[in-house]
Amino acid sequence: MASVKIPPVLRQHTGGLDLVEASGDTVGAVLEALVAEYPDTRPQLFSEEGELNRFVNVYLNDEDVRVLDGLGTGASDADTVMILPAMAGGSR
Amino acid sequence: MAVREISPKQAYEELHSGETIVLIDTREPHEYAEANIAGSKLVPPAMVADEIEAAVPDKSAKVILHCRSGVRSMTAAEQMAEMGYTDLANVSGGILEWQAEGLPVQSEVSLTPEQRNRYSRHLLLPEVGIHGQEKLLEARVLLIGAGGLGAPTALYLAVAGIGTIGLVDDDVVDASNLQRQVIHNTERIGEPKTASARQTIEALNPDVEVIEHNLRLDAGNIIETIADYDVIVDGADNFPTRYLLNDASVRLGKPVVSASILSFDGQISTFVPGDGPCYRCLYPTPPPPELAPSCSANGVLGVMAGLMGMLQANEVIKLVLGVGEPLIGRLLLYEALSTRFTELKVRRDPDCPICGPEAPEVDPSDLGKFPDYEAFCGGHTGS
Repeated sequence: MASVKIPPVLRQHTGGLDLVEASGDTVGAVLEALVAEYPDTRPQLFSEEGELNRFVNVYLNDEDVRVLDGLGTGASDADTVMILPAMAGGSR
Repeated sequence: MAVREISPKQAYEELHSGETIVLIDTREPHEYAEANIAGSKLVPPAMVADEIEAAVPDKSAKVILHCRSGVRSMTAAEQMAEMGYTDLANVSGGILEWQAEGLPVQSEVSLTPEQRNRYSRHLLLPEVGIHGQEKLLEARVLLIGAGGLGAPTALYLAVAGIGTIGLVDDDVVDASNLQRQVIHNTERIGEPKTASARQTIEALNPDVEVIEHNLRLDAGNIIETIADYDVIVDGADNFPTRYLLNDASVRLGKPVVSASILSFDGQISTFVPGDGPCYRCLYPTPPPPELAPSCSANGVLGVMAGLMGMLQANEVIKLVLGVGEPLIGRLLLYEALSTRFTELKVRRDPDCPICGPEAPEVDPSDLGKFPDYEAFCGGHTGS
């Protein structure tokens, strides 16, 4: 089971968890397992066509999956998949 | 062997005649540091007996000595004559007369005695030193936002001696800001943030010139606002400003230290156009409003502003000094609840519409023309 790090903006959909275990051979499969477990995360991560939303950055360990093989990038139990949101808070 | 008395002008001509001449400055190190003649060797009066033979091994060498007014150097010259030196000249009137005649000197410090004391802990660091402190004092840094991130960043940049600090903010101090915006205070509630920040900075360090930009950055003013600064610190509270700043700073080649905070989390990276990715390489498109909550909606731990603001100040100082490894191509995440830093790689996006190889050239006349960022960001302003 790979670990998936959940950003603060998605934790309301994961019961407050910041780290979720999800199984899958690829990053895409891991994320599918995540949204199967926590369906409310789906619209945040994937478009209606099932593509990863462009505004969502997904990292496998310290590397952006865009420079790897995207959602097809292989994932193992030792890997951490991180969902990285852009944040604009400068704290007005 | 008599010591020749020569005028500064004569000394200058002899020094530039092509002849091999040793020029000895017999003042104290602090005097030497303030102004000295190029090529001179410093041998303070008390050190003449011990050090002059190392400085001038050949006793038949042609030696010109000077001090401040010509007295100490004459004493040293007479001492050297007794030691067997045969070709000695003393500059009458010393470096005072030399300078009065408009002859060139070089200075190791432009710092005043007060500055040398104020920045003494910097001066002790080999990575800073007098030269580095001068760079800091000459640096012009623009802070986007005098709020949560801008407040701590500005405090530390000010005490570090950043010579010019620009502040962009169109907001006024609110009581709810004071949980984290440590540059403001209770008495200043209702005052413009830029004016409040200026008062604090000026009280901390009179070396800093504060420039207030009491405005909201938009396509019409961004180029002129950022053009005169060396480094820009992005602590904006909304996506349209962040994308606009990125695109403008890439056009002008300005480095941007960019941080953001929300609840217990913070992110920081340094974007240097040409050297690494830009903000759009990292985040090609902004998230929709429901995925981009603001601090005012979600809250933020006050300490997060301080932590990420300090990291921003650290990045700025490294960029100005040209030391260390800035966060170029790296995104540093901080999670306060677990006290954990995570570093991610950020690559240049070959398809980046702003800094990629295929990015369209911007005609100088279009430098200030930008797309509609409010629409691009779904009209979300985050504040």
